[in-house]
Amino acid sequence: MTGRARFAFSILAFGYAFLYLPIALVIVYSFNESRLVTVWAGFSTKWWSALLANDAMLSAAWLSLRIACVSATLAAVLGLAAGYVLARARFSGRALFGALVVAPMVMPEVVMGISLLLLFVGVDRFLFALDRGFLTIVVAHTTFSLAFVAIVVQARLADFDRSLEEAAMDLGATPWVTFRTITLPLIAPAVISGWLLAFTLSLDDLVLTQFVAGAQSQTLPMRVYSSVRLGVDPQINVLGTIVVAVAASALILSGWMTRRKT
Amino acid sequence: MRAVLLLPYAWLILFFLLPFAVVLAISLGTSSFESVPPFDLGFDLGNYRLLFGDDLYVAAWLSSLRIAATSTLLALMLGYPMAYAISRAAPRRRPLLLMLVILPFWTSFLIRVYAWMGLLAENGILNQFLRWSGVAESPGSIIGTEWAVHLGIVYAYLPFMVLPLYATLEKLDRSLLEAAADLGARPLEAFLTVTLPLSVPGIVAGCLLVFIPSIGEFVIPDLLGGTETLMIGKVLWDEFFTNADWPLASAVAIGLLALLVGPIVLFQRQQAPNPERHR
Repeated sequence: MTGRARFAFSILAFGYAFLYLPIALVIVYSFNESRLVTVWAGFSTKWWSALLANDAMLSAAWLSLRIACVSATLAAVLGLAAGYVLARARFSGRALFGALVVAPMVMPEVVMGISLLLLFVGVDRFLFALDRGFLTIVVAHTTFSLAFVAIVVQARLADFDRSLEEAAMDLGATPWVTFRTITLPLIAPAVISGWLLAFTLSLDDLVLTQFVAGAQSQTLPMRVYSSVRLGVDPQINVLGTIVVAVAASALILSGWMTRRKT
Repeated sequence: MRAVLLLPYAWLILFFLLPFAVVLAISLGTSSFESVPPFDLGFDLGNYRLLFGDDLYVAAWLSSLRIAATSTLLALMLGYPMAYAISRAAPRRRPLLLMLVILPFWTSFLIRVYAWMGLLAENGILNQFLRWSGVAESPGSIIGTEWAVHLGIVYAYLPFMVLPLYATLEKLDRSLLEAAADLGARPLEAFLTVTLPLSVPGIVAGCLLVFIPSIGEFVIPDLLGGTETLMIGKVLWDEFFTNADWPLASAVAIGLLALLVGPIVLFQRQQAPNPERHR
């Protein structure tokens, strides 16, 4: 190895060690016998069975999954529309619209959380009775994750061969038929990876959810947070291991979807 | 096309723009425990006066800025060499190396912060290692200090730094470096005069992507920073949930928004999907 190659290797090794060591420890300690997260006392799967018997955690996970499915789907539809418009249409309010689409992505979660909650409280107070829970959480998650779908879709449309669409139009296809039979299938990988991203973001969100959730709705991150605040809990290591496994599979799947296209 | 535009536009106006108007209105109200919700609307600048006059809030703003800026710098120092090394790796290895940077971003944020709780605890693995290796006889607690918060922010947002840097460095025209070498520049000189200036857009984007979310961060200071770390996101949270002072929490939110308007506009200007630029 030359000096520079060795330097590049060691910087990458250090960087990846920094990124993965904490995750590796979570996985290793999920099989720890001891209740203490910091002491290794032998191999055991008892925290795995404890988590699988933890009804509160399981029902929170189920709620989170349902919310993530609905909000990712809504975000995919709205994000697809937004990305399509941004890539194709010219209209006077385009700059404002573009800013509006991307802003939720960079807005601090505490700010977005409080603003949405106060809106919901206002609706509840002055317009109609609003039950805070599933619906309000879905609205919040959709709003910030549609930006991610829009950006992926727009990027895909930017380097897209438009002659295919023109050919379809020349052959007499209406714009809607062209979109459905030519454009959509070609950008489907982008929409799917956008959906997966929105799904993951929704599953993971704590701060925004904490604001807009009612007392009855406890999502998985909310449960994890309240359990972690009381101190380290070996069941959370098990949950972390599952999350890492799912995320890795999702990423591989999404990488495969995007690669297939190009 | 109009219908396609209307759907996301209406959604964003209703659930993103309108809520800020509500927050602004409430931030001018006064807190009142007799009313439900706990505030009275009005026009009162008292909350803002408190925000920029009271020592506690001023200290919280300043330490948020300081912690976010230092963490951003640390992330840049770690992220730049990583992005550079990835962009110089063999082309067939790059997707894998990049995927390894993105993977942690896909795993739970909360769990990643939690992982550091076990690492940094008084009897945690890091301290055990320090004792075992003899580096420190009785290492103090890292958790509950600003150090832990810096570490957590760098760890959580490192992918946001590496990705835009990689994107600029990868697109860099290598012939410019060859030209520099032909003209007699040593590698370091070529890096400082060619690569570094050309990667400024990536540096700016990466720094903004780390700086913006860390300013309002709540989870990291709450779980790793303990009581001694003062950050504005945590202040907002406490005012809202613990003290139930909704107008004051709203004023904090508006202040945070005002503070971030500059960086956010800068970021959007840079990222703006501008079709004219492609021609």
